[in-house]
Amino acid sequence: MRRPAARDVAGILVASALLIAVMPMLIGTYTLTVLVIYGMLGLSLGLIWGFGGILCFGQAAFFGLGAYVYAISAVNIGESTLPMILAVLVTAGFAALLGAMMFYGRLGDVYLGVITLVVTLILFKFINTTAGPQYVIGKARLGGFNGIPGFQTLNVPGDPEAYIWGDQLFYVCAVALVIVVLLVTWLLRSSFGRIAVGIRENETRMALMGYDVAARKTVLFAVGAAIAGLAGALFANWAEIVTPNLFSLGQSAEIIIWCIVGGLGTRLGPIVGAAGLAYLKFMLGQQSMIDNTLIMGLVLVLFVLFLPRGLVPAVASLWRASVGRGTRRRPSRHRRLRHG
Amino acid sequence: MDLSFVILVEMLYAIATLVLISAGLAVVFGMMKVINLAHGEFMMMGGYATITAVGLGVNVFVAMLIIAPIVVGLIGLVVERLVIRHLYGRLVDTMLATWGLSLVFIGLATMIFGNTTTGISTPISGFAVGRYQINGYNFFIIVVAIVLVIAMLAVLKGTRLGLIARGTMQRSEMAAALGYSPDRIYMATFFCGSALSGLAGAILAPLVGLVPTSGGAYIAKAFITVIAGGPSLIAGLVSSATSFGVVSQVFTFAISPVIGDVALLIAAVVLLRAMPQGITSRFFRGKL
Repeated sequence: MRRPAARDVAGILVASALLIAVMPMLIGTYTLTVLVIYGMLGLSLGLIWGFGGILCFGQAAFFGLGAYVYAISAVNIGESTLPMILAVLVTAGFAALLGAMMFYGRLGDVYLGVITLVVTLILFKFINTTAGPQYVIGKARLGGFNGIPGFQTLNVPGDPEAYIWGDQLFYVCAVALVIVVLLVTWLLRSSFGRIAVGIRENETRMALMGYDVAARKTVLFAVGAAIAGLAGALFANWAEIVTPNLFSLGQSAEIIIWCIVGGLGTRLGPIVGAAGLAYLKFMLGQQSMIDNTLIMGLVLVLFVLFLPRGLVPAVASLWRASVGRGTRRRPSRHRRLRHG
Repeated sequence: MDLSFVILVEMLYAIATLVLISAGLAVVFGMMKVINLAHGEFMMMGGYATITAVGLGVNVFVAMLIIAPIVVGLIGLVVERLVIRHLYGRLVDTMLATWGLSLVFIGLATMIFGNTTTGISTPISGFAVGRYQINGYNFFIIVVAIVLVIAMLAVLKGTRLGLIARGTMQRSEMAAALGYSPDRIYMATFFCGSALSGLAGAILAPLVGLVPTSGGAYIAKAFITVIAGGPSLIAGLVSSATSFGVVSQVFTFAISPVIGDVALLIAAVVLLRAMPQGITSRFFRGKL
């Protein structure tokens, strides 16, 4: 974070403007939209895991929760602006409660993993059983395994008839992602972000220096969840249906794989990992010779064994070693979590 | 009277199932501090090994009690040598790598057996208690779980191998200094853990329709039971399986099976919040 802020922001803006202009020529915007949404989801875990050292096995819970909150409130309200805001706020509030319970309880790594995993499972099981007509929130039937179809999708604020879909939805999602990246950049440059990294590196030291570790972790966890909730709400708009599969363990696993492959401790890594792997999965889905899951699993195992730092940091250090003359040699800022 | 007997049997059965599905994971976690997230898939492979063997004309009990554990144990051995060996002491990395492995196994099983449900019929017929019908196979599972716990206790407490294993568990450097290779012991432990997973998968196979993804149904429960059990291997396993089994059955009978599952998970969250190091960090301290 030693580069001047203006250069950092300008870099992000130029790169994303280029990508938004060029990518639709290469890949259809329908696919591209979901890649952007997954990128945002990857970033949400990348923020709390890569910079906060919180390994959440249930980021999919927040993704699904955002989607469900959006769908339920969109059915009831019939307009999309308030549901979008609700999706983010409810998810963040839920995560703040959950995080407070875990962090003030001083739970260790593995226990944190178990609890987030279990919460995801509870949501998954619960939503799956809500098929009966008695499970209604306002006008929205939860629909159990079938999910909720037919809710109001994204519209221009204040005008429920002016739907945003297709190409426009892509541009909305892309701009949302850029704004989220800028906010994350700002957060990491602020003292809050630097203290979060300090907590990742040595929790006891930060506590001894007088910082309230539990409170800060809770806030960071909630911020990550809010981003995941936003991604979930956008996903609901893209898919036009929400199903319990959003909460599935497979979804959680995928988010973790994206972060590992892309590279932890970077902002770019999880986004690249998410979009890249999701696109790879999309391409693989078109053939049936080798099972999709098999390849995802192999990718994860190989990366953990041979490239635990991830793609983006590895490429960056290769770049610096070969052509980057004049760049200051920085000691690697990021170490993987290795608690034994 | 009949009803209370049925409920008692169902409770014992729920506890026995939890003990069975968690035993393999508990051995590996307790000994090596490795969380094997591919545990559910090891169980799934145990089930497939049984069904394949039965299809080839082997007696059902031989297939379940002998063939499945050996096959899955060998697969576990390969996994340990290729992947897990390189990741000892890195808890989070082993979790991620074994999660990847679980996806690989699901993919392989889908390619080999297809994405369809297979199964075998239960080899023991049910009988009636008053106005209720009890599945005779449930008794078999309860007996196997009891025998398993006693056997584990006997091996760990009674034999020289168990002594070496416990020594390595407590302080591996000391065991190494006394001339026992921790590497070998870990390898053997992982074999045993995988074999136990295979056994559990095989024994439960007649009760459930087997699909390549059925491992996912077990891993969460096994994981929770082991973590909530805490540092002592067997006391932790039995005590947490008992608490979760009772909680889930009470809610199953009172409301519905799904609520029973949800109650189990909520109980786990509450329990871990109250005792972050597991049950045996507070009760049964220093027991095996």
